[in-house]
Amino acid sequence: MNKHSGRHEANSPATASPPGGDAIVVDHLQVQRGKRPVLADLSVRIPTGQVIGLLGPSGGGKSTLMRAIVGVQVVKGGTVTVLGEPAGAPSLRHRLGYLTQAPSLYEDLSVRENVAYFGRVLGVGADAVDRAIEEVDLTDHADALVVNLSGGQKTRANLACTLVGDPQVLVLDEPTVGLDPVLRRDLWNLFRRLSAQGRTVLVSSHVMDEATRCDRLLLIRAGEILSDSSLPELLERTGTSDAEAAFLALIDAANAGSAEDAAGGAA
Amino acid sequence: MNPRITLATAGRILRQLRHDHRTVALMLVVPCVLLGLLAWVFADSPTPVFDRIGASLLGVFPFVIMFIVTSVSTLRERTSGTLERLMTTPLGKGDLMVGYAIAFGLVAIAQSVVATAFAVWVCGLDIAGPVWILTAIALLDALLGTALGLLASGFARTEFQAVQFMPAFVLPQFLLCGLLVPRDQMPSALSTISDWLPLSYAVDAMKEVTANASPSVGTDFLVMGAWIVVSLVLGSLTLRRRTA
Repeated sequence: MNKHSGRHEANSPATASPPGGDAIVVDHLQVQRGKRPVLADLSVRIPTGQVIGLLGPSGGGKSTLMRAIVGVQVVKGGTVTVLGEPAGAPSLRHRLGYLTQAPSLYEDLSVRENVAYFGRVLGVGADAVDRAIEEVDLTDHADALVVNLSGGQKTRANLACTLVGDPQVLVLDEPTVGLDPVLRRDLWNLFRRLSAQGRTVLVSSHVMDEATRCDRLLLIRAGEILSDSSLPELLERTGTSDAEAAFLALIDAANAGSAEDAAGGAA
Repeated sequence: MNPRITLATAGRILRQLRHDHRTVALMLVVPCVLLGLLAWVFADSPTPVFDRIGASLLGVFPFVIMFIVTSVSTLRERTSGTLERLMTTPLGKGDLMVGYAIAFGLVAIAQSVVATAFAVWVCGLDIAGPVWILTAIALLDALLGTALGLLASGFARTEFQAVQFMPAFVLPQFLLCGLLVPRDQMPSALSTISDWLPLSYAVDAMKEVTANASPSVGTDFLVMGAWIVVSLVLGSLTLRRRTA
């Protein structure tokens, strides 16, 4: 959101991951909530250094997949590997940044106090705290209590707490929901900058027009990956002109398929 | 566990309190008001009742108040998502537990100094033993409340449940701790149960320090210490990095 992001170039993590390798590998992941399977058997690879959009209707399993990747989700089967380590491994806790859907902040602390606390937990200095706040353009509100911030400011404060540890992999659950267009553009520019420095940025959204901002799109619905491609490939395959139409075409095709299955099963 | 993270956590909890003037005021003023009220109730009593139960109450307040404050604040940590975020960071479960214990332990020292000073100078409570032992008892007592509050909050899913754990965990101990009826005069089953409850030892120690110039409180400290450690360990077991 601001112009300077020098620290990332100076300290590029691109060399830490195998060039062209996959930052995240999900293999036959199964997650169950109660008796209902949320993810039945999901496999996907997420390449290093790109902005990956995880798109789909709410309730489709986006947040569950993200929680499994950051290692806070109880999983029933399958494996998730992040930067070559099993998800949730202690060595990943410095290298991965997670943004929860609802702002996970201490409302009775100021923005700076929140960012500074998560910074201290991650072992970074005061300059990293200032930079993280600057990057989300909250320097003017750094000393305001979180409880007094607007929704968009809370979202940005939340993001600052994720950025402060300078993570190589960012898992961001709906970071742009409910924000105004200017702020959304600024955040997407920030995500692009982060990926240009070799970081992997996985962003979920249910706003389809954000698809144009991503290098690659994962369309997920009812716990299944409907599509894993770039936007031009997706448009060509579905013969549509925008992401929303493409997604609807895929859903209709999937519904028709499952209706046939059901009819076949009944017959 | 990592001392840097533990201390950062304790500092963060104290900073949260610093922004919450009303809670700090309540923690410091309410024990004094209750002690004053109690002294006043027994002001015309022919026997020195306040001298007997005033000190015991000094052992009850830090326990009850810290239990409530801790169970509610850790529940907030769970429901606000900050706990989930912390579980993706290098923070260990022990860092969080001990961080809370350090922060609320410091608050408890302030609280017990204020309450003891009020009881002695304003309400005229007689304390035979050294005041530092009384403060040490209050500190252990507060840590006990903190540790049990952390443990209880592991079983609460909502704020309503967390608040209900106060009567469930605390009131039975309050009834059995010897404040209302001396423990050796209770039915034997109850006095046996009270032998196992930590608040009994806090109240015993408080009675000892008010009555004796050189009090022997070693056993009481030992039992309370054991309860604190066991509760903190059990409480940290209720924290899960992975949840459904």
